[in-house]
Amino acid sequence: MLAFVTLMRRELAGFFVSLSGYVIIASVALLVGLSYWNLAEALRGEAVPVPLTELFFNTTYFWIILLLSTPVITMRLFALEKYSGTFETLMTAPVSDLTVVMAKFAAALVFFLLMSLPLLGYIALLQHYSSGSAMLDWGGVGGAFAGIFLIGCLFMAIGAFASSLTRNQIIAAVISLLLGVALVFMGFLGKAVTPREGLASDVLRYVSMFDHMEDFSRGILDTRAVAFYLSSTLFFLFFTHRIVESRRWK
Amino acid sequence: MTDPLMIEVANLTKRYAGQVAVADLSFSVQRGEIVGLLGPNGAGKSTTMRILSCFLPATSGTARVAGLDVFKDADEVRRRIGYMPENNPLYPEMRVREYLKFRARLKGLNRSRTRDRVDTVLAQCGLTDVSRKIIGNLSKGYKQRVGLADALVHDPDLIILDEPTIGLDPDQIRSVRQLIKDLAGKHTVLISSHILPEVEMTCSRVLIMRSGKILAADTPENLQKSLTRGSQIVAEIAAPEEDLKICWEQMAEVEHFDVSPMDGDYFRCALTPVNGADLRGDVFSLVKDRGWKLRELSRSRYSLEDIYVRVTRPSEEEVH
Repeated sequence: MLAFVTLMRRELAGFFVSLSGYVIIASVALLVGLSYWNLAEALRGEAVPVPLTELFFNTTYFWIILLLSTPVITMRLFALEKYSGTFETLMTAPVSDLTVVMAKFAAALVFFLLMSLPLLGYIALLQHYSSGSAMLDWGGVGGAFAGIFLIGCLFMAIGAFASSLTRNQIIAAVISLLLGVALVFMGFLGKAVTPREGLASDVLRYVSMFDHMEDFSRGILDTRAVAFYLSSTLFFLFFTHRIVESRRWK
Repeated sequence: MTDPLMIEVANLTKRYAGQVAVADLSFSVQRGEIVGLLGPNGAGKSTTMRILSCFLPATSGTARVAGLDVFKDADEVRRRIGYMPENNPLYPEMRVREYLKFRARLKGLNRSRTRDRVDTVLAQCGLTDVSRKIIGNLSKGYKQRVGLADALVHDPDLIILDEPTIGLDPDQIRSVRQLIKDLAGKHTVLISSHILPEVEMTCSRVLIMRSGKILAADTPENLQKSLTRGSQIVAEIAAPEEDLKICWEQMAEVEHFDVSPMDGDYFRCALTPVNGADLRGDVFSLVKDRGWKLRELSRSRYSLEDIYVRVTRPSEEEVH
């Protein structure tokens, strides 16, 4: 446990000691700002029949921010250590492979959540300047943040996996970007082509992140979606662990 | 716990895809020894060290540290080893003290012990003045000391240093070497190097490796002794050339001689004695009796460097 906390703290500090953490946070803040401006534009017009949280969280902006920022957060996790050789000092310290994987994953997740905090500020802003008090549904806000947490888990796990594959950060980022795009695209596929009822459409609906986020931002926590995110997170973490371990049997 | 053997390697083999890095290696190191692993690049030194430090598993054979198997008791072994890999990787963005604190905590030291040990190794490695500096901004010599301090921070039984002085300037090399020497007695140290003077000066025993095998293992002095069989006596004598030749021919202990003219009346005589006998006394009496002039008399010994070159040179059949 001590090793886990020590490692996670160092990992997290790594984001803030170098410029990278600030750059990521600033870029995301900029994109979220644009998204907010877009939302305000939309709200000026006619009444929209969807909850505000959904307007804010289930937009193209949101998905672009997610897809672009997560590879940048996770690319260094293992790739940088392998590149600089510190992987060797790390792995010859008395810590288990699992501890290392979980500490790195946890640090990335915490950074991702910190990065998502400004979203709360925008919601507070909306609440403050809106005339009606009923404009915001706090259930929707809670659901959206639960969604961000779950999606964050999955994308951090994907990123950790990609980073463990290579010693090149760029390659790690590209792999996790591709995996992320593929995942999001599957949800898009379910919307673009309406497949015949059957297994294919069931699967597409099950993995559709748009549908999940739509539910979350309305305050609905569907256990199927929760199970999907948690199980796929575990799936990627399991493979990350196997790869980190692989030097022992390669 | 009182196992006198710190390292015990038996029939260790490591194969990478199609390549044998370490081949059936066996050696042992006593507690408190400073042992040097010497060999050209690619001899399997780093691989051996990585196996001992539990970073890589062996393909076959066993390695034990303080009586513990490096594969089965990997966690306990890692607690007892301070390992500095080749090129001394560090986190450049961290400060010296912060890094050592991080490493100490990672190695399971509690808060107060961490503070004590970090202060101790900072002083021991001469880092107290730079403890607040960022590692990335330090000179290479200081970085090397940070790596060394990291290897020492949890007060391990065994310290494994892979090429600890590579890329340092002579001054830095001297100070790192002194640091290593100071570890003798308290710790067991295994150093790898392809630079001879390094192991010659710091180590009590040398293992010469090539192609994953140990070719020679002994103290630096013994290695020299075993090879003085081929030593030569060199004398510069002013005398008639013919007389010199006759003298050497008559001397029973001289197996082979070579007389070559030098400046003036002097001749350089290189004598190869039988069984490495020391003929200097005999040569001197001869010169005195004959009333010749002698300006140099020496016995050339093979340096470790010659031994190293001899032992690590691929033999004829391997080349062809």
